Amino acid sequence: MITFDAVTKRYPDGTVAVDGLSLEAPTGEITVFVGPSGCGKTTSLRMINRMIDATEGQILLDGVPVQGIDPPTLRRGIGYVIQQAGLFPHRRIVDNVATVPYLLGWDRRKARARAMELLERVGLDSALARRYPFQLSGGQQQRVGVARALAADPPVLLMDEPFSAVDPVVRTSLQDELLRLQAELNKTIVFVTHDIDEAIKLGDRVAVLRVGGRLAQLADPKTLLSDPADDFVREFLGRDRGIRRLQFVSTAGLRLRTDLTVEEGFGGGTAEPWALVVSADGAPVGWVADARPDVLEPFGTFVHGRDSMRSALDAALLSPSGCAVGVDENGKVVGVATREALDEALAEAADG
Amino acid sequence: MSWLIAFFDWLVEFFGDPARWSGPDGIPARLLEHLEFSALALALAVLIAVPLGLLIGHTGRGEVVVVVSANLARALPTLGLLVMFVLLLGAASVWPVIIPLVLLAVPPILVNTFEGIKGVDPELRDAAYGMGLRGGQVLGRVLVPVALPLILLGCRLSAIQVVATTTVAAYTGLGGLGRFIIDGFATKDYARVVGGSVLIVLFALVVQILFALAQRVTVSPGVSRRLKVR
Ligand SMILES: Nc1ncnc2c1ncn2[C@@H]1O[C@H](COP(=O)(O)OP(=O)(O)O)[C@@H](O)[C@H]1O
Ligand SMILES: [Mg+2]
Repeated sequence: MITFDAVTKRYPDGTVAVDGLSLEAPTGEITVFVGPSGCGKTTSLRMINRMIDATEGQILLDGVPVQGIDPPTLRRGIGYVIQQAGLFPHRRIVDNVATVPYLLGWDRRKARARAMELLERVGLDSALARRYPFQLSGGQQQRVGVARALAADPPVLLMDEPFSAVDPVVRTSLQDELLRLQAELNKTIVFVTHDIDEAIKLGDRVAVLRVGGRLAQLADPKTLLSDPADDFVREFLGRDRGIRRLQFVSTAGLRLRTDLTVEEGFGGGTAEPWALVVSADGAPVGWVADARPDVLEPFGTFVHGRDSMRSALDAALLSPSGCAVGVDENGKVVGVATREALDEALAEAADG
Repeated sequence: MSWLIAFFDWLVEFFGDPARWSGPDGIPARLLEHLEFSALALALAVLIAVPLGLLIGHTGRGEVVVVVSANLARALPTLGLLVMFVLLLGAASVWPVIIPLVLLAVPPILVNTFEGIKGVDPELRDAAYGMGLRGGQVLGRVLVPVALPLILLGCRLSAIQVVATTTVAAYTGLGGLGRFIIDGFATKDYARVVGGSVLIVLFALVVQILFALAQRVTVSPGVSRRLKVR
């Protein structure tokens, strides 16, 4: 656990970057620091591994004040990932990843073997190991940065806007990858971002900071969206807070109808205005309107019980039928959520 | 075209004379002297300027030394210095020649080493410290390999200058390839002048090539980006 105890950072020029910050980043969870540019996120993060020293207050790692630990020793036990990856250009990828193991005096073979294992873990082809950083794309470099931070298996990982310099598609896959890794590794992660969507997606807990380095609110993402502490947080969360909150509402309780599916070759003639055509192996094929049974209309799916209400609503909006197709993990249709069912679920979500 | 023919005649006369290839005033002996003076001066300059440049670039303290040295290099007349040191120290030893050569060779190495280290991407330096490298490790394992092309460039510039300026050492009565030129002019033996100049140019070319090779061997392909992106 990382504890901030009334931490203040005043730079020599008088700027107060962090002001009386007290919070805890619990073991095995992702704590996100989010806030507008210049609010003191980076400063807060870098005080944990003593890249910056606090002016007042103290930071504790599992109860031990970091001020008492020699900075290089402290840093070797804390993974650190930065925006531009900061890979060593003169070293091959495998040796970049093995940086901290080498520093810790592991023998070369063991360090390299560990590096290869981590490259695979972060989803990089082992053929990249012998390349130099300039031969990799930005997204690949960022993955290497994560692998390097994990190499000596530190319990704590600090990440400073690690994904903000890559394009949105790559960013999404890096975020998913991080969540997948975290499910396996259970690190104590402090993640800095200015992007509230990223904060909500990744954080177990989100600390919203305001300019001047004061904590505005610390809460889990769902609470943050439903109960912002004040106008600053509300404004920072943005306009579509309600929709985004649906991301945390499960579809497990969503009522599905199973009587709206028909087989391929259906010629019309049910009492319903819309029917879902399902192939022999259970996959959805398309919607047909009763009036025009020969025209297949588009459909949207969500994995029932796993995906959120936001996905279900999105699926419904993708189809002229206004219904969302619930599928199982294998993509087989398990039922259809009609507008009425979605309505009920939304009403429930709005209440609680 | 007659001057070209005369030029080649002189070359043939100079290099073709078997007497030129032996004795204390022969080509091998003069070449060796030239090499000795240049190598000694360059080695001393490297020993002084590289550590100093690394230290100043890494700590950011003492930048004024770099600035002053760069300006002095432009302001000081090498020949003047040479004559002054010979007058001060006498012409009995090599030092009156070596000291000005070293003074001449230090600034390019110092400035380039300093700039090379200081110019390393701050993010990279930051990442190195963030991984837990200590100050000396950051310098030795990250900054120097990344700044190496500039450090070598400084050494190469100095080497070329030293090789060229060592020619002037002949004025003080010392040896080296400059002797051919000075003695040639004194005796109106133009074959000797031309032959000596050609030797100096070749010498400088070889130095260039050696540095290019050293660069290839010591600079990581990740820094020189010599490899193609596969
Ligand atoms: N080395 C420094 N010296 C003086 N002021 C600084 C320094 N680093 C950051 N600041 C100031 O401290 C505040 C917080 O900076 P930072 O922690 O980088 O914010 P963020 O990461 O949230 O964008 C800003 O006002 C910034 O200008
Ligand atoms: Mg920042």
